[in-house]
Amino acid sequence: MSVFTALLRRDLAALLPGSARGNSLLPLLFFLAVAMLYPFAVGPEPELLAATGGGVIWVAALLAAILPLDRLLAPDVENGFFDQWALRGIAEEVVVAVRLLAHWLSFGPFIIVAAFPASALVGIDGATLHVVLLGLLAGTPGLAAIGIIIASVTVGLRSGGAALSGLLVIPLAVPLLIFGAGSLSTGGEGGLALTGAISLVLVAIAPFAGGAAIRAAREG
Amino acid sequence: MMEPCRLAATELACRRGDRVLFSSLSLTLEAGEAVQVTGPNGTGKSSLIRILAGLMLPFSGKVESAGSMALVDERLALDEHLPLGRALAFWERLDGCTNADAGLATLQLDGLLEVPVRFLSTGQRKRAALARLLNGGRQIWLLDEPLNGLDDQARGAVEALLALHCGGGGIALVASHQPIALPGQKSLHLPDFSA
Repeated sequence: MSVFTALLRRDLAALLPGSARGNSLLPLLFFLAVAMLYPFAVGPEPELLAATGGGVIWVAALLAAILPLDRLLAPDVENGFFDQWALRGIAEEVVVAVRLLAHWLSFGPFIIVAAFPASALVGIDGATLHVVLLGLLAGTPGLAAIGIIIASVTVGLRSGGAALSGLLVIPLAVPLLIFGAGSLSTGGEGGLALTGAISLVLVAIAPFAGGAAIRAAREG
Repeated sequence: MMEPCRLAATELACRRGDRVLFSSLSLTLEAGEAVQVTGPNGTGKSSLIRILAGLMLPFSGKVESAGSMALVDERLALDEHLPLGRALAFWERLDGCTNADAGLATLQLDGLLEVPVRFLSTGQRKRAALARLLNGGRQIWLLDEPLNGLDDQARGAVEALLALHCGGGGIALVASHQPIALPGQKSLHLPDFSA
């Protein structure tokens, strides 16, 4: 348990908005910027905005989750942290699971809160906002898990890792987007339940996939 | 100390790409013993250390060890943006270290605890890595070029720490191309095992 708390404290200190590494506010600002610019780009018709606004919030959330990926795991591999943990018998899976939790905490709750002002900017009503919020709650853990998996797979890439991880996230995130944003048009719980289910599967896989990827990168 | 520690390698071979760096390498270290691994650059000193640490698979052969291991190599594993004291405190918490100050004083780091790690000089960074090693309280030390960038005084301190460690029943394997005083003065010249 002490290992868990020590790791989580370090991860949160590095990842939470306002922390020492400095660029951690970027995903949140990016998310709000997309919501703010969208009405300027498509025009102010309320019907159009109301019909498409929820989907834009979803896309913005997905892209915001990509932003911190290149700094999520690679610096710790390069600086030898994972070697030191391995020598202490701390499995890569444990480190990745804790990092997943910290990564989600660093953008998930903030994006859910930021969805309130964003919904006002793109002009969606209360009922739609309700579905968006539930969808983000169900879907952001899955987005975080995809991010962790991609970050660990691209960990050994010296340059171009950031661009590649962005590209790799997109196809994997499509199911979440289809069900998460799709629940807006049906207004039903079916889409939300499926979003949650996909998230749970991804969260369950991520530590093992990530741990294996980091070990494979070390062998090379 | 706890159980007596031991480190044994039999018939190790290491391949990097299509080159075999060394083969048929066997060594045994019992509690209290130390060995210096020597050899020019590129003969596989770091690879040997990573194999012994279990971080790399040997091409053939096997490694058996009893006891906890610690590694110091060129990678610092300290958060660059944090003050040194807080960066070291992360490992002290993980290692359950309660008397960190003694090690910091031996390595003359007590005046640097407020300095962010990224501002430290080469020698100071090396001393910080050694402080992490010392506070970890591990039995088997694997050190890759621990003297790089150190001044004469710090070098003496490292040799004293190694003597103390082996005197207390620890094992040390030191890869260095510089002369270093080790208890027993055993050495292993890697080019002797090159294919």
